[in-house]
Amino acid sequence: MSKTIKTVALVGAVAAAMTAHATTSAEAASKEKCFGISLAGENDCAAGAGTTCAGTSTVDYQGNAWTLVDAGTCTEIELPAMADGTPRQGSLEEQSRDLPA
Amino acid sequence: MLDATRHPPRLPAAPGVGYKSQHFSALRADPGPVKWLEVHAENYMGDGGRPHAQLRALRDDFAISVHGVGLSIGGEGALDADHLARLKTLVDWLQPASFSEHLAWSTHGAEFLDDLLPLPYTNATLTRVAEHIDQVQNTLGRQMLLENPSSYLAFAESTWSETDFLSELVRRTGCGLLLDVNNVFISATNLGYTATGYLDAYPTDAVGEIHVGGHDEDQDDDGALLLIDSHGRAVADPVWTLLDYALHLTGPTPLLVEWDNDVPDWPSLRDEAGRAEQALAALADR
Amino acid sequence: MHSGQSEFRTALLDPAQPVPNGLTIGQGKPITKRFAVYRNNVTVALVDALKASFPVLRKLLGDKNFDQLAPTFARAHPPSTPLMMHYGAEMPAFLAAFQPLQHIGYLADVARLEVAMRASYHAADTTPLPADAFGAVQPEALLAATLTFAPTMHLIRSDWPLYDIWRFNMEESAPKPRAEAQSVLITRPEFDPIPHPLDPAETAWISAILNGDAIEAAQDAAVARAPDFDLSPLLTLLVQQGALTHLNTPKD
Repeated sequence: MSKTIKTVALVGAVAAAMTAHATTSAEAASKEKCFGISLAGENDCAAGAGTTCAGTSTVDYQGNAWTLVDAGTCTEIELPAMADGTPRQGSLEEQSRDLPA
Repeated sequence: MLDATRHPPRLPAAPGVGYKSQHFSALRADPGPVKWLEVHAENYMGDGGRPHAQLRALRDDFAISVHGVGLSIGGEGALDADHLARLKTLVDWLQPASFSEHLAWSTHGAEFLDDLLPLPYTNATLTRVAEHIDQVQNTLGRQMLLENPSSYLAFAESTWSETDFLSELVRRTGCGLLLDVNNVFISATNLGYTATGYLDAYPTDAVGEIHVGGHDEDQDDDGALLLIDSHGRAVADPVWTLLDYALHLTGPTPLLVEWDNDVPDWPSLRDEAGRAEQALAALADR
Repeated sequence: MHSGQSEFRTALLDPAQPVPNGLTIGQGKPITKRFAVYRNNVTVALVDALKASFPVLRKLLGDKNFDQLAPTFARAHPPSTPLMMHYGAEMPAFLAAFQPLQHIGYLADVARLEVAMRASYHAADTTPLPADAFGAVQPEALLAATLTFAPTMHLIRSDWPLYDIWRFNMEESAPKPRAEAQSVLITRPEFDPIPHPLDPAETAWISAILNGDAIEAAQDAAVARAPDFDLSPLLTLLVQQGALTHLNTPKD
C-alpha cells in the first residue's frame, strides 16, 4: 500500500474520530453497571458462616476425582470447527468421553 | 513510642457504620444518625476509579476511619513493606480521622490467608507486636488503634491475659485501642469467661472507638455453644447490653455498627445505627 | 508445645493435616471444630472472592462445578498480597493446565478477561486524549506517531468468540456465541469497565500500538489481516471511550 493511500485512509479515520464526543461524564460515582465488579474481591474482617465443611472437606478435586455435578451455560455454547480448522468444543457433555474410565 | 502530643482530627462520639459501596447513594440521601464511616483500607488500595471517587465524595459529609484488615501485625515475620507503603499512600491522601488494625496475623511468607488468625500471648509475641505497632505509627506519623480479636480457642503457651497484653502494648507503644464489644462477647462465650470481667480488666482509658456487630451460633465438638464473628446479621441483644456496660467504663466513644455478610439494604443498617445512637444517648442521660 | 504460624498455616489450607499442637480450651477438651472455624473462614473467604470475581466462569461451569474448582484453586494459589481485588491472577494458567476442563478451550481466556475487568476497574484515573489532538498533526507526522493508552485499557487476545461468550453470560437474552475469533478490548470511560469485540485486524492494530509501534506500522499489521481494514470505527471507539491519553509525534 502506498504512503498516499495510507495517509488518506488515516485522515478519514481521524476525521471520523474527531466528530466523536467522549462519552462523559454525567455518570456519577453512584451509577453503576451491573457487572458486579465493585463487590468482587472486597476485603472485610468478618468470619465465614460457622464450621460448615468448606474448610474441612478433604476431597481431592484434582485429576480423576473431578466430577461434573451440574451443567453451566457452556453446555449451550456450540462452537463447531472454525475457519482455521481448530477443533472447537464447548460442551460439558464432552466430558464423559474425556474422563478416564 | 509515638509522640502523643500529635493528635489528628478525631472521630465524633457518635454512630458510624462500616461503609459498603452499594449503600453510596442511599446513605448520602438519608444518613440518619450516621456521622462517620469506616472503610477497609485494602479496598481503596487500587490506583483510582470508583472506589477513590466515592471516598472523595464521602469525606465531605462524613468523618472517615480507615480500618486495615491485611497488615498482619501479629505476623511472625517482618511487616510487608509494600503493604505498609500502600497504607501510607492511602492515609496520606485521605487524611482519615482514625486508623485501626487487628491484634491478629493473616500473612505468612508470601501468602495472604484472608482471615484474622490468633496469637499466643507470650513475652515474645508482645515484643514483636509492639515493634510492628511502632513501625506502623512511625511510618504513618500518627497513633493507631488496635482491635481485640474474636477467639475460638486459646494457646497453652500464653502467659498473659488478653487484657493485660493489650494494656502492656498501650504502655509500650502509645497506641490506642478499638474495643470490639461483639468480639468480647464471642470470646467470653467461646473460652468460658465473663464478658463484664474482661471489660473490668480492660484498659478502657485507651479506647478510641467501639465496634458492635452481629454473630452466628454454632456448636463445638462437645455440643457447647460456639459463637462465630460473622457480621452477617443484626447485633444480638446481649451485645447491646454489654455495650451499655462498656460505655459506662469508656464514656462517650465513636461507636461503629459492622455488617459485612448478607449486607442488608441501607434503611436496615441505618436502623442499627439508630440503636447505637440510643445507646450513646442513654449514657449522656445518666 | 509451641505452635508456630507455619504449622498453623499448613493445617489451615490442608484439612488432611492434624490440628496444630498447643491449641486449647482447657481440660483436654477436643478442639477440632474450633480449629475448623479458622479453616472454614479462610476457605470460605477465598472461595467467595473467586465467586464474585469470576461470574462468567461460574456461569459457564455451573455453580456446583465452580464450587469444586474454587477450593482446589484456592489451596494451590492462596493470595500473594492482601489486595483481594486482584485475587485470582493465576486462574488463567491454572485452568489452562487443569486436565479435567481442557476440552473447554476458552476457559482460560474468559478468566483472563475477568481478571482484566477488575484490573481496569481499579486502574488509575487519567485525562483522555481530546479528539482534536489528531487535527493538530500533519498526516505524514501522524503516520510516524505513537499512541499511549490509558491504564484502564486492556486487550485480551483470543482465538475464541470471547466477547460473545462474555455477553451470552452477562446480558439477558444475548445471542449465542458465533463461531469466530474475537479479542476483547476493555475501556473504562469513567468508572465502569466495558468490553468491546475486536476482529483479528483490529486486534493486530491495537497489539502493534501496545507494542510501541508507529501508527503506520499498526496500519500495515491490520491490513495484513484484512485488506479492507478501516480504522474509523476503532479510532472513534478509542476516542469516545477515553482509552487514549497521549499522541506522541516524532518531534516530541
